[in-house]
Amino acid sequence: MNRLFTSNLSHLILFVGISIMIIPVWMIFASSTHTSSFINTHGLQFFLGDSFQENYLRVLMYQGGFFKEITALKMFLNSFIMATGVALLSVVTSLMAAYALVYYRTKYATFLFWLIFITILVPLELRIFPTYSVMAKLNLVNSYFGLIVPISASAIATLFFRQFYRTVPDELLESAKLDGASTWRFFIDFLVPLSRTMIVAMFIFMFVFGYNQYLWPLLVTSSEQYWTVVMGLKMMSGSIVHRFAFVIMSMVPPILIIIILQKHFIKGVFQDK
Amino acid sequence: MKKVQFKSNYSQYLFLAPQLGILLIFLYWPIIQTFKDAFTIQDAFGISTQFAGIDNFLFIFDDPAYLTAFKFTIIYSFVITLITGAIGLLLAVQANKVIHGKSAYKTLLIWPYAIAPAVVGVMANYFFSERFGLLYHLFNDMWGFNWYESVYDAYIYVIVAGSWKQISANFIFFLAGLQAIQVSVIEASMIDCKSSFRRFWTITFPLLMPTTFFLIIINITYAFFDTFGIIDTTTIGAPSGETRTLVYKAYMDGFRGLDLGSAGAQSIMMMLIVLFITIFQFRYIEGKIHYN
Repeated sequence: MNRLFTSNLSHLILFVGISIMIIPVWMIFASSTHTSSFINTHGLQFFLGDSFQENYLRVLMYQGGFFKEITALKMFLNSFIMATGVALLSVVTSLMAAYALVYYRTKYATFLFWLIFITILVPLELRIFPTYSVMAKLNLVNSYFGLIVPISASAIATLFFRQFYRTVPDELLESAKLDGASTWRFFIDFLVPLSRTMIVAMFIFMFVFGYNQYLWPLLVTSSEQYWTVVMGLKMMSGSIVHRFAFVIMSMVPPILIIIILQKHFIKGVFQDK
Repeated sequence: MKKVQFKSNYSQYLFLAPQLGILLIFLYWPIIQTFKDAFTIQDAFGISTQFAGIDNFLFIFDDPAYLTAFKFTIIYSFVITLITGAIGLLLAVQANKVIHGKSAYKTLLIWPYAIAPAVVGVMANYFFSERFGLLYHLFNDMWGFNWYESVYDAYIYVIVAGSWKQISANFIFFLAGLQAIQVSVIEASMIDCKSSFRRFWTITFPLLMPTTFFLIIINITYAFFDTFGIIDTTTIGAPSGETRTLVYKAYMDGFRGLDLGSAGAQSIMMMLIVLFITIFQFRYIEGKIHYN
């Protein structure tokens, strides 16, 4: 009886927790399927209306009155390019840098280690204007390159790959050396396949990190052609239900990725099981 | 370090080059520029720059708005860390306890992690707007809630908005921490201590210390830097600058006020704070916690 009670109490607490997470998002979604005049007179809604298709299509496609130069569809494309670019660039460079740090004997090891890892203490927010002026000097404002590269200047993934490489048994390299594998072969044929889970986890982490950037795209894109979804939320105009619809759509890609790939994500980040 | 390694040769620098190159150009160069800005003063047209010593630093400490932002950032990171840590731990303990539906609970609680702070802010906006904000009206009926005028009500607004999604990260890390504790330890403690409440605080919680301190750092960093998008989409500092974080104020001074010297000095102050927290974490706390 007692055990049944505590077990039910656990489920109840979890149910309340989940409700706190889901209800706000659900209400914005439900409200986004009504008409603006209905929302303006009746407030936020809990039940679905019947303007779903109309509202969402309008937000995605409409060009001109709603956005001046860009559709939401283009913003999604920009966000996708930016997030994928950030994830690819940082995972590949980190994978390589961590390899050099762990698998090479060198006099400058400590110096190189600190040169790379001290950067974790200086997030982009702390150097945002100087970074902008560097981008302006290099003529990279208003470009995908300008959106992507400063965000991928991060050693967080390097830290994770370094931790992971250090758990790889030494025998692997020994036997690879006996087989006459070069440093490059060992990296490509042994280490990269072995790091698959970690690569997926870091890719998700950096993808979400890139997609969710707000301040940097705001600063580095003056041309609407390069607007991303998350910054577009603040810039766009439109009636209330279209804003609701845009908010809901903006959170779909990263949430889907996290939910679909959560096993890899958790496995990689926590290195368990 | 590895016992078996490759000898140092040119190829290691080929592996390092891409990351080091990006860091040098897009991180070290701006950081050097930040220090330059912080110790110089530019005239209003940006034509001439003059060495200013520590004038920019003295100036920010004379600025009441800076001290307000400083105070708010400390309160904000403390409260967010406490709230999200407590709720995250509570949910993780329950999820670890239940036999059925563990993975479903995990999925249902992990997704808010992926939402951008700016998106969370825009959403919070709808619940706290005077026009149709449910929470605005609920709180308004209870005690006359009005974040446009009351500082404490504005605090409540940005704390609710800032905590919401961060509960998810705390939950994931605490659950992973709980699952890493060996079953034999818990079973042994069950023999010695009947009360599950006491068992949690004397056995389980101390074993979770590494996770807890890691999360404290994660939450403080989140409250310092990631909440920019939340502040910018909710109060924008309302009532009159009381809900500006240090990052938000530095941005405003640099962007709106074009005062790069002050923005640079503020950035360096924040770097010092981050450095201090990190050193504190490594030197003081790491030595005092229990590892499995």
